[in-house]
Amino acid sequence: MAERTFYNEVLTDHNLHPDNKYHLKDPNLVKEGVNPSCGDDIVLQLNYKDGVIEDASFVGEGCAISQASADIMINLVLGKTKEEAMHLSDIFLRMIQGEASDDEIKELEEGAALQDISHMPARVKCAVLGWRTLNEMLKEASE
Amino acid sequence: MADYEFSKEEDKRIREDFPLLANRDIVYMDNAATTQKPVAVLDAWKRYYEQYNANPFRGVYGLSVDATEVYEDARKAVAGFIGADSYREIVFTRNASESINLVASSLCEHILKPGDEIIVSIAEHHSNFLPWLQAASKYGAGVVFFECEPDGEFKKEKLESLISEKTKLLAITHLSNVLGRINDVKGFADICHDRGVLISVDGAQSVPHIPVNVKELDVDFLQFSGHKMLAPMGIGVLYGKKELLDAMPPYMYGGEMIETVTREGATYAELPHKFEAGTVNVGGAAALAEAIRYYEKIGFEKIMARERALTKAAISRMKEIEGIEIIGSQDPEQHEGIITFLVDGVHPHDVAAIMDAEGVCVRAGHHCAQPLLQYLHDIREKKNAGGISTTRVSLAFYNTMEEVDKMAEALAKIRPEMGLG
Repeated sequence: MAERTFYNEVLTDHNLHPDNKYHLKDPNLVKEGVNPSCGDDIVLQLNYKDGVIEDASFVGEGCAISQASADIMINLVLGKTKEEAMHLSDIFLRMIQGEASDDEIKELEEGAALQDISHMPARVKCAVLGWRTLNEMLKEASE
Repeated sequence: MADYEFSKEEDKRIREDFPLLANRDIVYMDNAATTQKPVAVLDAWKRYYEQYNANPFRGVYGLSVDATEVYEDARKAVAGFIGADSYREIVFTRNASESINLVASSLCEHILKPGDEIIVSIAEHHSNFLPWLQAASKYGAGVVFFECEPDGEFKKEKLESLISEKTKLLAITHLSNVLGRINDVKGFADICHDRGVLISVDGAQSVPHIPVNVKELDVDFLQFSGHKMLAPMGIGVLYGKKELLDAMPPYMYGGEMIETVTREGATYAELPHKFEAGTVNVGGAAALAEAIRYYEKIGFEKIMARERALTKAAISRMKEIEGIEIIGSQDPEQHEGIITFLVDGVHPHDVAAIMDAEGVCVRAGHHCAQPLLQYLHDIREKKNAGGISTTRVSLAFYNTMEEVDKMAEALAKIRPEMGLG
């Protein structure tokens, strides 16, 4: 049985009132991420210049976990370099597997609200959808 | 049918028959996916392996003869349960999916020509859609969809208008795992047979919940799974009319299904062994026969009345909760224990996760019926957070009114918990 605290306020708030869910004007990187198990489908949009994420947004639909996670992620990576973003992404993915330290999780700020997902294997794909998509975009951008 | 309440003693006795329900502190309402198993069924499986196990059919020795007898007695129990003319019309498989694949592959090889058509209802589980699509494309035939009304009813007039000279077969479920409504299979069979069309019926959801008699329904094929009707996973049934099964080529080749084999080829065994290549699942068959005895002991009259009373109570409780929309018919009489619904503004996977946190097991997603969910989504005016996904409560006779209350209480917490009032 899942933890009762699972759908906490941080998560439901980002789901209902996302900060970053809109179409970016003239993004130079756009990528769709799909999680067939929940039917989550997001499109991540970036303004990425000289190795820095200058602006970012997402659109799409999905479960509360996928939507809140993508929204929190964008707050975290805005203005960050590719290396900084990849570093946070690495911590997030390890946190979801239950392998990140408390100090590392602190770096994720509100992203820490999703750490209990590690107890819910069926929902891991929802939580990592945004991060996985961002990872792929940044890797493709440097190729 | 009158509402029927099990007496307190009956309620208690039935609950005690199911070890999992005692071992786990949960409300299990995903019975359309698989049911829990009573002790008697588990014991029958164990008894076979402890007292009768040998490879059936092969041995000359007494133990193998005993194993054969256990297996063939199970086949006769199944034949009796669904009113088949002969045990030869009962083929054991792994599950309904395998049974459908067998018919789609073997029958279509026998009858399908380029330009022919197969009619498939829009409400089919992927298991009763993909095998037909595959067979049709293999032989240059087409698939035609039989669509339902928004309340889930399949109309006979619509079927009549779809049948043409090209139509060879109708594949339809007796009871949709999403809509929960009984389809008029007898009416469809009459229409099909008048026009020289065969009918194959997916009974995976009907056989566990209502009396199904293949003679009365006059269906040509019926498929169902043991695990959705109290038996273990890995045993399923195909019923087919003898003259059709006789004319169909084998589906799988190997041991047990031959008369004689030479360097050039083989002659095949009689029904039903022609379709049972390899060593069979005797323990599973014995357990399925025990599950049938369990159903017969309580009786479908009581089981149906009980499940309908639970369904009625569940729907009435759900309608009291703000933001809940029931899919298909709004009439509880049209839901055989299956209630698929939406919670306004909340993704079905979040609904199921929050209910799980309250100890209530329900299913979320597309229920292996994406074409139906897409169709229902397309004809709805108001779209939901989960796209085509929905959540489903599915009841069995061993569920209780107290569990229905717990389910409704968990459901009532969802929108507030998600910040929606």
